[in-house]
Amino acid sequence: MLRLEPRPAPSRAMSLLSPLLALAITVVIGVALFALLGKDPVRGLGVFFIDPFRGAYAVSELCVKATPLMLIGLGLAVCYRANVWNIGAEGQFVLGAIAASWVALHAQPDSGRWIVLPILLAGALGGMAWAAIVAFLRDRANASEILVSLMLVYVSYQLLNYLVYGAWKDPEGYNFPQTITFLDATKIPRLFSGLRVNVGFVVALLSVGAFWMYLFRAFGGFQMQVGGLASAAARYAGFSSRRALWATLLISGGMAGLAGAFEVAGPVGQLTPYVPAGYGFAAIIVAFVGRLHPVGILFSSLLMSLFYIGGELAQSRLGLPKSLTGVFQGLLLFSLLASDTLIHYRVRWRPAHPAHPHAAKGPAA
Amino acid sequence: MLRLELKDISKDYPAVKANDRVSLRVGAGEIHAVLGENGAGKSTLMKIIYGAVRPDEGEITWDGRAVEIRNPQEARALGIAMVFQHFSLFDTLTAAENVWLGLDRSWTLAEVTRRITEVAHEYGLDVDPLRPVHTLSVGERQRVEIVRALLTKPRLLILDEPTSVLTPQAVQALFVTLRKLADQGCSILYISHKLDEIRALCHKCTVMRAGRVTGEVDPRGESNASLSRLMIGAEPPQLEHRQAAPGEQVLAVHGLTLARTGAFGADLAAVAFEVRRGEILGIAGVSGNGQQELMAALSGEDGRAPAESIRLFGQPIGHHSPRRRRAAGLHFVPEERLGRGAVPSLSLAQNTLLTRTEAVARTGWIRVGQATALARHLIERYNVKAAGPEAPARSLSGGNLQKFIVGREIDAGPKLLIVSQPTWGVDVGAAAQIRGALIALRDAGCAVLVVSEDLDELFEISDRLVVIARGRVSPAVPAAQATREQVGQWMSGLWNGHAAHAGQEATHAAA
Repeated sequence: MLRLEPRPAPSRAMSLLSPLLALAITVVIGVALFALLGKDPVRGLGVFFIDPFRGAYAVSELCVKATPLMLIGLGLAVCYRANVWNIGAEGQFVLGAIAASWVALHAQPDSGRWIVLPILLAGALGGMAWAAIVAFLRDRANASEILVSLMLVYVSYQLLNYLVYGAWKDPEGYNFPQTITFLDATKIPRLFSGLRVNVGFVVALLSVGAFWMYLFRAFGGFQMQVGGLASAAARYAGFSSRRALWATLLISGGMAGLAGAFEVAGPVGQLTPYVPAGYGFAAIIVAFVGRLHPVGILFSSLLMSLFYIGGELAQSRLGLPKSLTGVFQGLLLFSLLASDTLIHYRVRWRPAHPAHPHAAKGPAA
Repeated sequence: MLRLELKDISKDYPAVKANDRVSLRVGAGEIHAVLGENGAGKSTLMKIIYGAVRPDEGEITWDGRAVEIRNPQEARALGIAMVFQHFSLFDTLTAAENVWLGLDRSWTLAEVTRRITEVAHEYGLDVDPLRPVHTLSVGERQRVEIVRALLTKPRLLILDEPTSVLTPQAVQALFVTLRKLADQGCSILYISHKLDEIRALCHKCTVMRAGRVTGEVDPRGESNASLSRLMIGAEPPQLEHRQAAPGEQVLAVHGLTLARTGAFGADLAAVAFEVRRGEILGIAGVSGNGQQELMAALSGEDGRAPAESIRLFGQPIGHHSPRRRRAAGLHFVPEERLGRGAVPSLSLAQNTLLTRTEAVARTGWIRVGQATALARHLIERYNVKAAGPEAPARSLSGGNLQKFIVGREIDAGPKLLIVSQPTWGVDVGAAAQIRGALIALRDAGCAVLVVSEDLDELFEISDRLVVIARGRVSPAVPAAQATREQVGQWMSGLWNGHAAHAGQEATHAAA
């Protein structure tokens, strides 16, 4: 009989191995899934996990999709470490995209390349403003930040629709709900000609370093994490919980908004109702699979991006539904949660019939 | 015939062998003490007898018959009752309703109420069955628990550290009840680490250390020193206490009135006292009488106190944040070590940053090396048993973490140190070290304020004593002139001018 036994101390090795184990379980279930769908599992896995790395263009696409996930995931990790549960990064992403578009729409044909900076700044501020609503309601009215941030996502969708179906609609766009294609000056500079990967990916990589410094070397980051780990200890030390609430929500909102700006001024190039592609929600998985650690998030955002692209390839090359992406993302999250049990527990084999009548059956009280 | 016999009981937990071939023999009508330090395995053994934990090995014999006690229901069916250290009562229900909850369905509430009154009368346990539990003092709650246990007509009653929450008078009253029970043939297992009580009450004593039995003796023929040798393997260290030389006033509390924050705390009412340089002021009292509220107001965790009501070197600090108070020389050691005094999952080095910001540069960056060096220094200076500065706080035992936290605050060079329950749950050796450090700090000219439930401790280290009862603080008396009887009476709220607040507790104490 297999049974779980509490470990005397959480296993450090398992907390690193757990994401890898979860990935392995996801792959195994994926193989079974391909087989059940009547596809060759080896080819299925190849399309899902190998093809996205084939060639410069494929790798560039991987980085394009990883960029928003990494940016948002980093901000969320700060929030979650402080026990502030912002699950509305999607809404902050949308507001960032709207604010960035507003600046981009003001660009003139003779605008210089410098206009990219105000676009990015507007994106970050837009996300911050949206998150500030959450912080304000939590601070003043003690409203649950989980509910408020989530509900604001749907408000942001309505706002986006109002703009692209109304005031900002391209007059020459055959009545499609979208803005004009932004002028070239507003485009985020690309890293290589012919590839879509742009400066945003470099900013995301630099952010990994910056967030590592903030979390593990800055006193502000330390105070905020103490508030999340033990609120009584934070009160004892005199660290302000209000400041942590505002700081974390503004940071994560700003990062989501920045990601929105990179998205509209980058690969998309205009504001459409399809700009919110679920990155804000997928980044929650990214943050947790990455152990709320900046370096972990670097890898987990690439992994999630792989799932997005693998899903698209599976659709075009194998004729499988694109929802496979969501299935794989869900599988990964659930197997991670299951694997995490092994951080605090170990599996022990015990004979079903104890040799001694007094041998304990249940776990220790 | 023996009522209960345990033979070679062993219980392993992942990190520790809680019981190692423990044997215990309890006769009918015997008051049998189980003596040992925190972590010696007493509680595990009691839980095994009560069926809450199952042993890995060993045999249990009840009335000469081998039994297997699989759960507390089976224990109760045999006639085993237990009064836990931490009460399991619902605050919003009355005493009778609480008792009723634990009985089988055949009783009506009216019958239970009547039986409570009868049993309470028979054993001199004054309990009003109709009062809601949250209005009861801790001593009264314990009586409710005991009455609940007695209603089942137990043949073995287990009491886990029953006197830690009682005034000296209430302890005497409890002993009268227990002796009467024993005379009627009920066996009693009395778990404690208080040597005087065991010698006064018990017929037999089983001493445990590190999960093993180190001796079975008749405590009436032993001295505190000989029992202590069995318990810790050494005699208790003696403290050298020199006469204090108090100087200028450091902390002055005056007219501190503060409503409780929770539903079941105590309101502070016109609290006033002062602490001077080079003295230790002890605050005695049964827990739940306003100590928590007073500590939070003094430390700055609760900033609601009127600014003028708390003065540090004459400056009103009632509204100041903990960090500002710390900068002015006020350091505080809270009674909860894990989760308040230290963050469980963070390393000792990181935990220094809670109250020590020397390693934080002006720019806001943490100099990690300096924090680690400070943690290493504290570990060496205060004999903290830890894997190193990187060990998470929760990996330390309670005593070692307390040494680390007390060390962290003393090492900061405070002008006023406030310590709540300095040695609560700490083994004898570490407790002596902590008390010694507090006295050394006093001799170095620091003002020290100690809140403790342990009267022995307060008499040992304090220069002056005050008592807190129902949110009020008594006048101060020099510790050398105070008697346990007087302090015990004050703990019931009885001091001149405040007799009106004495209430229930005093009548029990007199009974």
